[in-house]
Amino acid sequence: MEFKLKIWRQKNARTKGSFQTYPLKDVSPEMSFLEMLDYLNKQLIEQGQEPVTFEHDCREGICGSCGLFINGRPHGPQRNTTTCELHMREFRDGETIVIEPWRSKAFPVIKDLVVDRSSFERIMQAGGFVNVNVGCAPESNSNPIGKLIADKVFDAAACIGCGACVAACKNSSAMLYAAAKIAQYAMIPQGKVEAKERVDTMVKQMDAEGFGFCSNTYACEFDCPKGISTDFIALMNREFFSSKLCSQRHG
Amino acid sequence: MQKLDSKIPDGPLAEKWSHYKANLRLVNPANKKKIDVIIVGTGLAGAGAASALGELGYNVKVFCFQDSPRRAHSVAAQGGINAAKNYKNDNDSIYRLFHDMIKGGDYRAREANVYRAAEVSNDVIDHFTAMGVPFARDYGGSLDTRSFGGVQVSRTFYAKGQTGQQCLLGTYSSLNRQIAKGTVKMFPRRDMLDVVIVDGKARGIITRNLLTGELERHAAHAVVLATGGYGTVFYLSTLGLGSNASAAWSAYRKGAFFANPSFIQIHPTSIPVLNDYQCKLTLMSESLRNDGRVWVPKEKGDKRHPNEITEEERDYYLERRYPAFGNLVPRDVASRAAKERCDAGYGVGDTGLSVYLDFKDAINKQGEKAIRDKYGNLFEMYEKITGINPYTQPMRIYPAGHYTMGGLWVDYNLMTTIPGLYAIGESNFSDHGANRLGASSLMQCSGDGYFILPNTISDYLADDIRTGKIPTEQPAFEEAEKQVADRIQRIMSVGGKETASSFHKRLGKIMWDHCGMRRDAEGLKKGMELLRQLEEEFWTNICVPGNDKDLNQELEKALKVADFFEVGLLMCEDALQREESCGAHFREEHQTETGEARRDDANFAFVGVWEYAGAEERPRLHKEALNYEYVEVKERSYK
Ligand SMILES: Cc1cc2nc3c(=O)[nH]c(=O)nc-3n(C[C@H](O)[C@H](O)[C@H](O)COP(=O)(O)OP(=O)(O)OC[C@H]3O[C@@H](n4cnc5c(N)ncnc54)[C@H](O)[C@@H]3O)c2cc1C
Ligand code: SF4
Ligand code: FES
Repeated sequence: MEFKLKIWRQKNARTKGSFQTYPLKDVSPEMSFLEMLDYLNKQLIEQGQEPVTFEHDCREGICGSCGLFINGRPHGPQRNTTTCELHMREFRDGETIVIEPWRSKAFPVIKDLVVDRSSFERIMQAGGFVNVNVGCAPESNSNPIGKLIADKVFDAAACIGCGACVAACKNSSAMLYAAAKIAQYAMIPQGKVEAKERVDTMVKQMDAEGFGFCSNTYACEFDCPKGISTDFIALMNREFFSSKLCSQRHG
Repeated sequence: MQKLDSKIPDGPLAEKWSHYKANLRLVNPANKKKIDVIIVGTGLAGAGAASALGELGYNVKVFCFQDSPRRAHSVAAQGGINAAKNYKNDNDSIYRLFHDMIKGGDYRAREANVYRAAEVSNDVIDHFTAMGVPFARDYGGSLDTRSFGGVQVSRTFYAKGQTGQQCLLGTYSSLNRQIAKGTVKMFPRRDMLDVVIVDGKARGIITRNLLTGELERHAAHAVVLATGGYGTVFYLSTLGLGSNASAAWSAYRKGAFFANPSFIQIHPTSIPVLNDYQCKLTLMSESLRNDGRVWVPKEKGDKRHPNEITEEERDYYLERRYPAFGNLVPRDVASRAAKERCDAGYGVGDTGLSVYLDFKDAINKQGEKAIRDKYGNLFEMYEKITGINPYTQPMRIYPAGHYTMGGLWVDYNLMTTIPGLYAIGESNFSDHGANRLGASSLMQCSGDGYFILPNTISDYLADDIRTGKIPTEQPAFEEAEKQVADRIQRIMSVGGKETASSFHKRLGKIMWDHCGMRRDAEGLKKGMELLRQLEEEFWTNICVPGNDKDLNQELEKALKVADFFEVGLLMCEDALQREESCGAHFREEHQTETGEARRDDANFAFVGVWEYAGAEERPRLHKEALNYEYVEVKERSYK
């Protein structure tokens, strides 16, 4: 296969970036998208040019490192698929492929296709945990949780922290990411105790980081590689408003 | 010469840890605030240790090379995590888990360490559950378990095929909680390039800030390495591409002994190599062997579609050779059996280098939904990579480099031979002997991090309450930083033509061919010769574009590959000295008539421990004798 790649190149956070075009021949349909970029990079290096910098590690869709905006879609055209799991057989021979980094105020570009997602870290640090110390856990089966709930909790917990939901959203909202974690804990006894406080601090942090509001377009769910459901946003909103009510009552 | 003292406490096996722990010295809460601890790595081991030490009140600094601690490669573990809960009432116990691990490790692990790992396993599960880790549950709401290879009980807790992710995210949440409290400071996007030794004690590290290229000095009263495994020495492996040996290797060069480097697990069920551009092999979890049956055609070179090959024409070779354990034999056995069939010409696929893993019977019996519930994400992953639907035709699988049982030598306290330098999780050698049983690594990593290290390290730190801050403005730090800077300059200035990945790929092939699933003396010597040649070529022809004071992924790779040459040599050296077959280490010269591994307990019941002797010298071998007081050492049979 043969492609024309239009790739965003940017030296660092301070300089302005631009698209550069690279024709690439002899691509095998078996290659993964990142293997295709490896292949391009090998050629660039051998020609004495700087390779394209992009983030990746596990290359199997679980670490959340990778994340490219491909032809206008986060993680490319295939649903429920991370960039590293995407294969070239999903593209048409001869196609022009546009490759960009995530675009969001809260994810500034570091270099080429690499962005700074530390805002996501700070949202988790604001409350994405259960307050329990090592050594004070009760016996595991002392808190039974029915299978149906447990399965739902798992679905919420499957987020890989890639940031595609933000990239997909016209408001750059991080609602899906935060809601998934808030919902995971709100549905189980271990996490319920602090559910109201958690939603409060995490939402506050999300706003402070410059993520936008949610206008219910569901683009996040559509492009989330792990199929995280927007139902969790609804659940989070319930927690959020009831937390507001409580705090008003408490003055 | 330094004598190896494993510091195994006296007393009956089941009481060693509780008794020893009760007598370890403590650091009082006010003094803990005055003590700094560095932890490198944020997998289950590192992040667990960091949260536990943070909760205790130490000042902790944590490092990882990814942009977030949540991306440590523990995240990729699929199948599950063991514990001796006996929830299935199948007569499981701490002793049985211990015994299974000793036997699974082919009698090459320390009894006391393994027993302790089994002992804390139940606490690990309870802690994860309390943190909200969504383990699979049955309809009544209790935790569910499944079976893994090499055992006859069901003790593996799981969260679909994403157990590592869920355990790591739980651990990450506890780490975040401490970061928020200010007890832990997180340094992502850092490569640790050296450990700093002051007056014989580990007192800090040198890191490279991957965004700016700056070299940084970090000081502490103790340093803990939790940097994972080095299976990427094979280039193609199931590990993340950033996984490396460099952190542990820098410690080895500074005098930490390295144990059993050649004990490296080749996992039997990975998606086979599909093309020449591949840089990564994707694991298909061992849990699949609960329901999947492994076979090849009875006829050599049978190229028909698998669904056209009838039952009578299939050779379920694991069930045939190992009736007692069938498809659930341990990994080393399953991997060698697959290689044996493929080498004999029965392999399937274009290359003939794969075997089938078939779910037809399980789907017929339990229904597609049940199978989807258990393995849905793995099946999807398989389809995305290969384009083939495993619900309708068997998966193709082949062995791949996966897990390193070898690692930094540690004593019972998890301390290396350098005082104040600890190694936990996959980066140490301690608990899995010559072969690791499935689902016991997550268990060991979490046990090390949450429950063992926090106790043993306090005993060491008790001497440091009056030491005060360790300054980074001192000769040991200057020297270490300079050495690192020189090495970087040396690589940057070669100005050759070949990329780091290309060297890595060639190096991996040498290791796979000469120090892989089957080894012999001649091949190992040849491998060493090839490695030396390639290393020389590397230092004259490596090409690193760009500049070192910038985000430079090619430089990161080149630094790691440069270390892998030395790792590879030591692996060959170790495999060569071990004139026996045990666990994952199979020497052609030492096998039974039926092709099974032949151990030599009279001469090789020891840990092979290597001491660095300088770049030009051959390393020195030390032996830590293994004494079995509680387990009867037997031939390891799964027949
Ligand atoms: C695909 C796969 C599936 C697996 N499935 C299972 C399973 O089902 N059950 C099971 O028990 N085990 C499983 N294992 C094994 C298990 O996942 C690992 O052994 C374990 O997670 C290792 O954890 P760790 O904390 O020691 O290291 P890791 O999780 O590998 O973390 C290493 C950390 O060290 C950091 N690091 C490394 N080098 C440097 C450096 N030079 N500088 C700075 N930081 C550095 C990394 O950033 C990372 O944070 C699996 C392994 C793989 C690869
Ligand atoms: S919710 Fe989905 S898209 Fe957003 S970070 Fe999580 S996995 Fe990625
Ligand atoms: S590289 Fe890990 S999810 Fe893509």
